[in-house]
Amino acid sequence: MDVLTLSRIQFGATIAFHYLYPPLSIGLGLMLVIMEAAWLKTSQPIYHQMARFWTKVFALTFAIGVATGIVMEFEFGTNWATYSRFVGDVFGSALAAEGIFAFFLESGFLAILLFGWDKVGRKLHFFATCMVCLGAHFSAVWIVVANSWMQTPAGYHIVGQGLHARAEVTDFWQVVFNPSSMDRLFHTVCGAWQTGAFLVISVSAWYLLKKKHLQFARASLRFGLIVSLAAALLQILSGDSSARGVAKNQPAKLAGFEGLYQTTSNAPLALFGYVDERNQKVVGLQVPDLLTWMVYRQPNGVVTGLNDIPPADRPPVSASFFFFHGMVAIGFALLAIAGLGCFYLWRGTLSEKRWLLWILVFSVLGPELANQLGWFAAEVGRQPWLVWHELRTPDGLSAVVKANAVLSSLILFTFLYFLLFAVFIYLLNDKIQHGPHEEDLIPSGKLALPTALTENP
Amino acid sequence: MNFDLNTIWFILVGVLFTGYAMLDGFDLGVGALHLFVKKDEERRILLNAIGPVWDGNEVWLVTGGGALFAAFPDVYATVFSGFYLAFYLLLASLIFRAVAIEFRSKQPMRWWRQMWDISFSAGSIFSSLLLGVTLGNLAWGIPIDEHGEFAGTFLGLLMPYPLLVGVTTVALFMMHGAIYGVMKTEGALHDQLRGWAMNAIIFFVICAATTSMATLLYVPHMADRVRANPWLFSIVLVNMLAIADIPREFHHNRDWRAFLSSCLAMITLMLLFGLNLFPNLVYSRPHPENSLNIYNAASSPKTLGIMLVIAVIGVPIVIAYTGCIYWIFRGKVKIDRMSY
Repeated sequence: MDVLTLSRIQFGATIAFHYLYPPLSIGLGLMLVIMEAAWLKTSQPIYHQMARFWTKVFALTFAIGVATGIVMEFEFGTNWATYSRFVGDVFGSALAAEGIFAFFLESGFLAILLFGWDKVGRKLHFFATCMVCLGAHFSAVWIVVANSWMQTPAGYHIVGQGLHARAEVTDFWQVVFNPSSMDRLFHTVCGAWQTGAFLVISVSAWYLLKKKHLQFARASLRFGLIVSLAAALLQILSGDSSARGVAKNQPAKLAGFEGLYQTTSNAPLALFGYVDERNQKVVGLQVPDLLTWMVYRQPNGVVTGLNDIPPADRPPVSASFFFFHGMVAIGFALLAIAGLGCFYLWRGTLSEKRWLLWILVFSVLGPELANQLGWFAAEVGRQPWLVWHELRTPDGLSAVVKANAVLSSLILFTFLYFLLFAVFIYLLNDKIQHGPHEEDLIPSGKLALPTALTENP
Repeated sequence: MNFDLNTIWFILVGVLFTGYAMLDGFDLGVGALHLFVKKDEERRILLNAIGPVWDGNEVWLVTGGGALFAAFPDVYATVFSGFYLAFYLLLASLIFRAVAIEFRSKQPMRWWRQMWDISFSAGSIFSSLLLGVTLGNLAWGIPIDEHGEFAGTFLGLLMPYPLLVGVTTVALFMMHGAIYGVMKTEGALHDQLRGWAMNAIIFFVICAATTSMATLLYVPHMADRVRANPWLFSIVLVNMLAIADIPREFHHNRDWRAFLSSCLAMITLMLLFGLNLFPNLVYSRPHPENSLNIYNAASSPKTLGIMLVIAVIGVPIVIAYTGCIYWIFRGKVKIDRMSY
């Protein structure tokens, strides 16, 4: 295989693996803030126990997220040096800002979140948890801004020619608020909230099925379901807004998502199916006119098809279609699951619905899969561009790196990441099997409850 | 020397990497010493001495890399693609040591702990070595072609001088880590670490003297500025005094000041490195005219200005809360059930 293929496989694989973890950190960060806020407000020991248990799960995901994240920062330079020269002026600033505003905040206050339970008071601990959660969200802000600039570049001009051409910032705020950044940020963060919430739901449903830690499981499940429903609803809104942005800013990408070849003013929306690339049509269930309506909010409006896009500028159609539709389908399924869960929670019969609990146990795979598919859709849909209409993917490679070097690093990291994943699953399972600690129901040290409240918990 | 934005960013990138050396230096050093400690309980104490802070310390490297990318993208691109395999080995080492800290004490089995202990220690030593080898290559100079691309090979990076700097870096971090360990422990482990700290100092001084001689003999351009401005030799003196001060502070039971002296020794070393390299960032050898310097490898003045605003807002806040966090976790380490 050539350097290009190997480098793309390596970047795709390392970032896909990395991206299993940050959504968990962001989502669990939010869950921890909610749990600790509940504890601070009500002083119910069960909330303390929940915060302690989920903190340990958070620590595990965070550690792997950090360890695999450094790889990403290096990889721009090692494998995509020409790209790095081209975008450094714009993209580098976002990465540096991520370091200063997000990573320091997250990792600094993580110390208090993990090890400060007996060293600081409840309010300071809650503050630290909020800062960790904020830091995790900030890192999403800067990295999505950087990636969105590659999708819809703005606030720059090109200086120099040929090999020495590069993008330079003309307006920093246009770079940050480029046409797709806020939509995509909202979409990414909603996905992360769902991931965190569904992990909490999964584990809690498991405990209910096994009739273990019942009080803990019910309380966790309640928080998880409410957050997951809210996030799933917001996700539909953000997905709609994001898709309309793609229609406006990246018509070739939308045509790829929908397998639309003919430019038309009555574009259908596919619900299920696949793209028959040879006959240039979608096979499957389609709703007439729905795509046009989604983009324009009226029955008539031109949606560009792939035939009006030069063949060299088209994304891979089948893959884009599959990733995009996979993500959307999972998104609606998660909404249905969260809705059903909340309905039976409200009715008070959730513990009896074993079939639903079983679905909930496996539900955490949904957001993880949708996150992956969504990013695949976003990145594959951007092809053949690395920076939309400015730099093509093959032109971004490192000039001096040979195929055998990339193959070596790819083999090394494949092995390493499989090992990490196996250990992660083993330790996560171990934590879940052990369950929450009984002694966490009696906070110690500086966190000890005021005596007046302990009498009437 | 006029203080334009490019110069300021040379200094800021230097500050970030110096901060990294001072902070992650001690936890890499603790890792390098880890296998010398035999008892499980004592290994845990040392792990928890760095437990709350190692993560934040590593962010200095990430932010330094990000700042290099933003301020001097050509340096970032040339060095990272040129040092391809070396950097992947560095990443693998950093990953192994990072997850080992998290994983090690999660299970009681002997083989499990042994496995992660080795991975933590080997990862720490190997990352220190590779960081030093990188620094050594940058001091020696690397082959750069007329397009600003790296023109050497992986094996070409493993020449004696860079390896010597690598070993010196391991020695420096071991010394720094041992002193940090002394500060954070008590009882038998404390006394033992003190002995190691003294040995590490001797090890480091021998390495440093050898590196200095090798530099003067074979890498004369790395002494140009100090040779031309003899008053800069005062930095060398401060460096010597700082190292000499460490045993003295130990003698008076002022472990904290011994640690500060060790930090000062690192700062002066990085200062000498930066002063002699300036205005180059990557010295090209054998074709010095292809060197990447703070002007031909920099981002636009606009970006350097924006980045400066970001740094001026962000860095003081970071230093303030990092200081608070170190304050909260001050004092000797106690193992509790939240510990590693």
